[in-house]
Amino acid sequence: MSETVNVLVGVVMGLNLLALASSRLPLLIRTVSWQGVLLGVMPLLLEGAHADWRLVGMAAATVLGKGVLIPALLRRAMRAARIDREVEPLLGYVPSLLLGAAGTVAAVALGRGLPLLPEHARSLLVPGALASVLTGFVLLTGRVKAISQVCGYLILENGIYLFGLLLLGSTPLLVESGILLDVTVSVFVIGIIVDRIQRAFDSMDTRKLTILRE
Amino acid sequence: METLARLAFWLVVAPLLPGLINRVKARLAGRKGPPVWQLYSDLARLWRKGVVLSRAASPGFVLAPAVAWVAVVGAAWLMPLGPAGGPVHFAGDVILVVYLLALARFATAWSAMETGSSFEGMGAAREVSFAVLGEAALLTGLLALSVRSGQTHLEGMLAGSAGAGAVLLGAALFVVLLAENSRVPFDDPNTHLELTMIHEVMVLDHSGPLLAAVLHGAAVKLLLFAVLLVEAVLPLGEWSPGAAAAGLAAGVLAVTVGVGLVESLMARLAFRRVPLLLTTAFLLSVFALLVAWRGGVS
Repeated sequence: MSETVNVLVGVVMGLNLLALASSRLPLLIRTVSWQGVLLGVMPLLLEGAHADWRLVGMAAATVLGKGVLIPALLRRAMRAARIDREVEPLLGYVPSLLLGAAGTVAAVALGRGLPLLPEHARSLLVPGALASVLTGFVLLTGRVKAISQVCGYLILENGIYLFGLLLLGSTPLLVESGILLDVTVSVFVIGIIVDRIQRAFDSMDTRKLTILRE
Repeated sequence: METLARLAFWLVVAPLLPGLINRVKARLAGRKGPPVWQLYSDLARLWRKGVVLSRAASPGFVLAPAVAWVAVVGAAWLMPLGPAGGPVHFAGDVILVVYLLALARFATAWSAMETGSSFEGMGAAREVSFAVLGEAALLTGLLALSVRSGQTHLEGMLAGSAGAGAVLLGAALFVVLLAENSRVPFDDPNTHLELTMIHEVMVLDHSGPLLAAVLHGAAVKLLLFAVLLVEAVLPLGEWSPGAAAAGLAAGVLAVTVGVGLVESLMARLAFRRVPLLLTTAFLLSVFALLVAWRGGVS
């Protein structure tokens, strides 16, 4: 069972790199939504036969929220604000890809040195979480458009979710579902903000949002 | 005797691959296409023709294609062939193969600049700069194979299965194959527009037997990379000799058809996107290395 999860975490790491290399917003959104779906399925695999109806409900909510609802909101915001599909990186694709890969390798190497519980020692969950958080940071700081920054934020949240999977037995599912709700609402709000910024300034460039005026 | 048989295999089979690729492309486009043995006829025709030499060119113009051809054929000769194994094996022969390919590239770039044509210089610059990235991916992939098998000679490295990293390694080596042989996402072997060509533009001034040597060398290089890819992914050493030979042949055929499919379904990449694809291949190799390393330790 843990082998399947490790392969899935490997795919999640691959999706991180795809998100860093993608030059089109729709591809970026699709990558992030696939990552969310994979993460949503993971608790079921980890628990296996012990999954009760709450866990199944939580997994279904995650898959629907991250795989369908959030991408739909982002696409709607893109359409409403008529945003160009190009990503416009501050940090080029090749440097961000190399940075993300170096981060992933470092996370895997570091994961072996951490004092983890013996049952987590062979699992890739912690390296995957660290790599996703790092990818999220690179996307947040290295991209100009608000939509790609939202995607970076979502990948960051996916990394934190991966950490949460380690504590699946001890955290109440209420916390997980609360986080999911928060993320959905914030993406919804950002979708509206993007639309407003577009109407007010004719541009989605966050570099122009540096001065606060009355 | 065995050496001669090996050389004959590489020299005779290699021109079949470009023919097969062209046949796949023609079929997908709904054409009948040239016969599969077209390159053999082309080589025979070119061999009978005379050579046009530029007055600006030094004797290096004639020497370099010969050096490139010998280097590529030498590298191919060193490759183990499935059940037959390698002709010789010594620690580090893999490095020799990579450097013979580099020598061939150097010689091609040298002869491209001999005539002083600016287009050919441009092609040489492109070929060499893409090769820097492609070579990093190739060497890292070979390092992954070496770490997994714990050996540094080709026969030992390529015998076992590539394990969990096989998919990553296969994808990386396929991209390297496309880049090294100037196939479609990097270069279009059919176009004759100097501004976009890489390999073709370097050999514009070659004619007759010199062009034949260049074309044949390119075909041998394609077969070399196809064999390397198949042997790296399939655990041929663990199969019976008959099955291994059949697996090798089927694998090379699959790679050839794969190249044809890529050429039919994809457009050439914009030049500024090429380094990104080659970096991706390099990273795939790095992750194959990581999988090999982790698998070996834990």
